[in-house]
Amino acid sequence: MADYDAIIIGAGMSGLAAGIRLAMFDKRVVVLERHYVWGGLNSFYRFKGHQFDVGLHAMTNYAPRGAKGLPLSRLLKQLRIRHDELDLYEQGFSAVSFPGVKLRFSNDFELLRGEVARAFPRQVDGFDALSREVREFNELDLDAPQQDARPVVRRHITDPVLEDMIFCPLMYYGSAREHDMDWDQFVVMFKSIFFEGFSRPQQGVRHILKLLIDRYRKAGGELRLKTGVSRILTDGNRATGVELDNGETLTAETVLSSAGLMETGKLCGSAGLRPAIAGDLGSPAVVDKMSTTSAGGTPALPGKLSFTETISVLDRPAKNLGIEETIIFFSNTERFQYAQPADDVDTSSGVICMPGNFKLPAEPNDHLVRITNIANYDRWAALGNAGFQPASGAGLRPAPQALDETSAANAGGTPALPYYTAKQHWYERSCADVLGHIADFRPHVTLVDMFTPRTIRHYTGHEGGAVYGSPQKLRTGKTDVEGLYIIGTDQGFLGIIGAALSGISMANRWVLQKAPEPAA
Amino acid sequence: MTDDNIKQAIIGIIADIAPDEDTSNIDPAVRLRDQMDLDSMDFLDIVMELRKRYGVHVPDTDYQHLATLDSCVEYLRDKMAGKQLVS
Repeated sequence: MADYDAIIIGAGMSGLAAGIRLAMFDKRVVVLERHYVWGGLNSFYRFKGHQFDVGLHAMTNYAPRGAKGLPLSRLLKQLRIRHDELDLYEQGFSAVSFPGVKLRFSNDFELLRGEVARAFPRQVDGFDALSREVREFNELDLDAPQQDARPVVRRHITDPVLEDMIFCPLMYYGSAREHDMDWDQFVVMFKSIFFEGFSRPQQGVRHILKLLIDRYRKAGGELRLKTGVSRILTDGNRATGVELDNGETLTAETVLSSAGLMETGKLCGSAGLRPAIAGDLGSPAVVDKMSTTSAGGTPALPGKLSFTETISVLDRPAKNLGIEETIIFFSNTERFQYAQPADDVDTSSGVICMPGNFKLPAEPNDHLVRITNIANYDRWAALGNAGFQPASGAGLRPAPQALDETSAANAGGTPALPYYTAKQHWYERSCADVLGHIADFRPHVTLVDMFTPRTIRHYTGHEGGAVYGSPQKLRTGKTDVEGLYIIGTDQGFLGIIGAALSGISMANRWVLQKAPEPAA
Repeated sequence: MTDDNIKQAIIGIIADIAPDEDTSNIDPAVRLRDQMDLDSMDFLDIVMELRKRYGVHVPDTDYQHLATLDSCVEYLRDKMAGKQLVS
């Protein structure tokens, strides 16, 4: 008999949610996490006495208590969590801000519709038609033919600026593809952001993670931290367990991997499987050809979209500086580019988050401004660890009010700077380039931190620091290695709620609904 | 187990699955999914809980018998005979 009914690789949202489902029904399950903290892409840390979140700006998919048939309601029931346990507070309002035009939106879709009517009066009928098409599309239908989103959107929206303004938040919060999205992913994101909207627990992501961990342990699940998986063991074409970094082996009937499609392929690749499995690009054969997305049977590629995020602690609430928005998705150019930049970071577009502008019941401990920009993993990976060292406890310095000469001289094609110097440089650029959208907060910054594509690679294990994983998704989760299934980002459900639902639905489908033994 | 016990068993399971639902006024003759936000994933949970708590096996083809509380009672009466209500 195997050691476990199921081994789950990764204690992120999907792994924990899958673990809860399995433990709840008395499966012998272990979640293996390489790091000393759980959460994966959505985690948290302490820095100089402050508590910061990684990943989470907001939870998408807001649904009020008792709302029917929405992803959040489904998640709560599957994990048996009461709505009030999440301690969610809605956003005030957010905005998409492009040169000369701004669209505000909130958890009431009518605000966005009114803003489109005001700013793009000729487009509003098309916007209504697009909203209808989104509403009517069943994104859970795995048999729907795959198509690109832009052609569908262009049937309704003829102004390219509005088109980009609609895409901007949806891409930033979930697209693993450059330039375009798969239509079903567009629908998922449109619903989760524009129809349902944003909320956040007072204590941020750590609150959600604590709920999940408590639930998992109470159900009898086992969690092993600092336990990396070095390979997935196979017998013929069947997964039989895993080998850990320390050489220990664990056997299981089923392995659910949140490591990513390509990354999971690599974990099998060294196991001496049939040659097709160990291809040049990781493990193309792991891809179930029947269910791949628009890339249609081509090998899984690493995602190209990674991010930097800067965190600035202010000496006062952002509201006191006249910054009212909860989240701003901005572009400094009329046409928004969602693509890997040639330089370290593309600061011409991004996301600005003011976590204090959720409708929180109490003043948060810190007044934060967080800025996310698209970044180039390869360039960050190539930087040496020399340069400005944060070890002295000084860390990054708050940005001066104007770029200093060195930074200004570098503004055009940046020479490759050592890692910490590059962080300082790009922190300043990132802050300077949002000033067309929010008041100058820089004189009020008391502490800063920043994470880069390297940080993301380190904590998620995703190749290329790809936040949203591979552009190729495996909707059924089923790989061509028997008993091995993909959960999480690369299964194709997005965001915190999406990732958790991914773990839940894969655990249901491939473990709990597996031919039950006769009743006792 | 009495018919009332069977109803209580089902209601107890629903209350655990959907902690935000009010289970105090379920009409036994009306389809459960018309009275509450229950989808196919939730019915799967009801079936799994029946198995976990009472050792009762409900094959896929019999899910239709769980539509209302009354139909649950009809369907489960024999299967639940002699079992103890689990709270």
